[in-house]
Amino acid sequence: MLSMAGKSVRKWWALFALPTFAAFVIGFLVPFVMSIILSFCHFATVTDAKFIGIHNYAAALRDPEFWHALAFTVAFTVVTTLIINILGFAVAYLLTTNIRGANIFRSVFFMPNLIGGIILGYIWMLLLNGILAHWGRSITYSGVYGFWGLVILYCWQQIGYMMIIYISGLQSLPGDVIEAAQVDGANGRQTLFHITIPLMMPSITVCTFLTVTNGFKLFDQNLALTNGAPSNSSEMLALNIYRTFYGRPGFEGVGQAKAVIFFVIVAAIAIIQNRLTTSKEVTA
Amino acid sequence: MKKSTTILALVMALALSGGTLSACGNESKADASGKGHVYYHSMKVEQVGQYKQLAKRFTKKTGITVDITSASSDQYEQSLKGELAKSKAPTLFDVDNNNFPNWSSYYDDMSDTNPYKDLTKKEFALKSEGKVSAVPFIMERYGLIYNKALLKKYFDSSWSTIKSVDKINNFKALKTVADEIQEHKNDLGVSGAFTSAGFDPSSMHRFSDQTAHIPVYYEYKDQKTDTIPAKISGKYMPNFKNIFDLYLKDATVAPTQLAGATMEDAYSDFNLKKAVFIQTGTWAYKQLRGQGVADEDMGVLPIYIGTKGEEKEGLTVSFEYWAMNKNASDKDKKATKEWMDYILNDNDARKYTSEEMGFETPFKSYAKAGFKTANPIHRANDAYAKAGNYDVVIYPLPSQQWVSTLGNAMLEYAQGTKDWGNVKTAFVDGWSSEYKITH
Repeated sequence: MLSMAGKSVRKWWALFALPTFAAFVIGFLVPFVMSIILSFCHFATVTDAKFIGIHNYAAALRDPEFWHALAFTVAFTVVTTLIINILGFAVAYLLTTNIRGANIFRSVFFMPNLIGGIILGYIWMLLLNGILAHWGRSITYSGVYGFWGLVILYCWQQIGYMMIIYISGLQSLPGDVIEAAQVDGANGRQTLFHITIPLMMPSITVCTFLTVTNGFKLFDQNLALTNGAPSNSSEMLALNIYRTFYGRPGFEGVGQAKAVIFFVIVAAIAIIQNRLTTSKEVTA
Repeated sequence: MKKSTTILALVMALALSGGTLSACGNESKADASGKGHVYYHSMKVEQVGQYKQLAKRFTKKTGITVDITSASSDQYEQSLKGELAKSKAPTLFDVDNNNFPNWSSYYDDMSDTNPYKDLTKKEFALKSEGKVSAVPFIMERYGLIYNKALLKKYFDSSWSTIKSVDKINNFKALKTVADEIQEHKNDLGVSGAFTSAGFDPSSMHRFSDQTAHIPVYYEYKDQKTDTIPAKISGKYMPNFKNIFDLYLKDATVAPTQLAGATMEDAYSDFNLKKAVFIQTGTWAYKQLRGQGVADEDMGVLPIYIGTKGEEKEGLTVSFEYWAMNKNASDKDKKATKEWMDYILNDNDARKYTSEEMGFETPFKSYAKAGFKTANPIHRANDAYAKAGNYDVVIYPLPSQQWVSTLGNAMLEYAQGTKDWGNVKTAFVDGWSSEYKITH
């Protein structure tokens, strides 16, 4: 039996969804379809395109800097996904035990997330350059410096966010299972690895999904912290696409082709990752 | 009943979504007068207010409406891409030298326009496919701006070899001065002869673009061309190395830290009298005025790189260009030409652009009527012009990508991670490869 509100929603959902749907179509679907079409075209502005077939894709795949950016991005994503999730989980685990000031710590850890990527990039550039100045270096001294600078920045920003998701997961764990384990004489370590973590798999799925896709798509922080310097050696995929699009006349289509390839990669990885972690999910 | 509520609901939904999305579009005023309409997309974001003032006066006089839009310099290209894609695209837009090739499918032939006919030198206009595609309307000059008071202190010192600024008329003299200042920096109370040669994105283009234009100018001259050549010889690479090494060695900051040094750092070095020279141009006057170095203490030297006959070299001249959109309607094109003529010939407009907006123009009519800006960096050029020195004109570079690849190579050379050969490759080989992929 549906309530009155439920009945109205069933009847009128389309109406309420319409404004958002329209915005979604204009802001996402149309550009998405257009970008796929444009990736097969030569163009200077988006309304004035000439079909040229797969030429753009060939040019994109021939670009060694694209492959470098891809490798850099994969390495970055692997490293940050591991660090963020392990540390995020650890902090969450710590802050769900009875320690003093847990709430303050939660806010403090979450805070970096509220700062925009560009500002964060500039702040960290100043901080890291300030430290590196002791050795007469700067963050853009080499691609390796840029890589670890980005890792530090991004972990600092994301650990707090993942922590919140893990905390809510930990808090909703069924207490009876853990109690039963304790009664059976499981030690803390056994409880963590055999009870808590398997039960936390839904949270882990969400968090790894977010860190993997966000790591892949990282742009603002990269732009503000190193801008790819020196010689594009600290350039990630999104920045490479942006630079391709705007760097040379006639390369808009190549940038577009790279963006489509980028989308396929991110979508594929996200689906595989989701399958993998979801298959490990258990119910208590 | 049911049907009417459905219709009502649909209408409301449309109204609602219309409300959320109306903020996206910003349609320009329709051309009500039938006299055509001007839509000008300008590069000078800080002067949009003044442009609008000027447009108001123009509209009052002619009845033609003018819309002005703009974007900051680092966003300008992106914004132009969006603007030109509109059905009501700009009828007139600004281009600069580096981005000139990007819009070749939009340029109208401007050879019959008055601004082109009125140029002091026809070679200043940019040509593509045999037609006049862009006409300069703002002149900028750059060189080595120096602090006259500090330099005088140097001339007056017992240890200085060179005793007057007239003697600094080639690279050798410049190097002597810079090296001696660097050596005796404590006596002069400075941290270096030159401000930091920063390679932060805000400052990198000063070297990979502005300094690079000097050898590029001589390459063009050797090839006797003013359109972009497919290849350059690299003959002036040692000269380019000369000047860049000087900037690195005789500077306020160690070369390993240049990657993070910003334009602001360079300005503050100069404003706080920590450095004698700064390589920048007329546009920087806003950042230098009243910040410590008085106007009468600012002088400008040409950027000497050690070429033959450079004693007669003058300051580097760069331009901002007008380009007309060939897709505009004839009526709008006519209105746009009237707008340009207004700026060119109307006394009220000329007074406003030169005194209030601070523009220096390459037009005969302005020179004849005596309209010029008080900007001391512009006025420093008068002496060179009077002495008959030649302008170092900035000619097109292959692409923005060439500039940034060169900049990165220069940075890696500066901090010692790669050698000069890498810079040379980026400059010479990079030129032909960029030319090939963009032409």
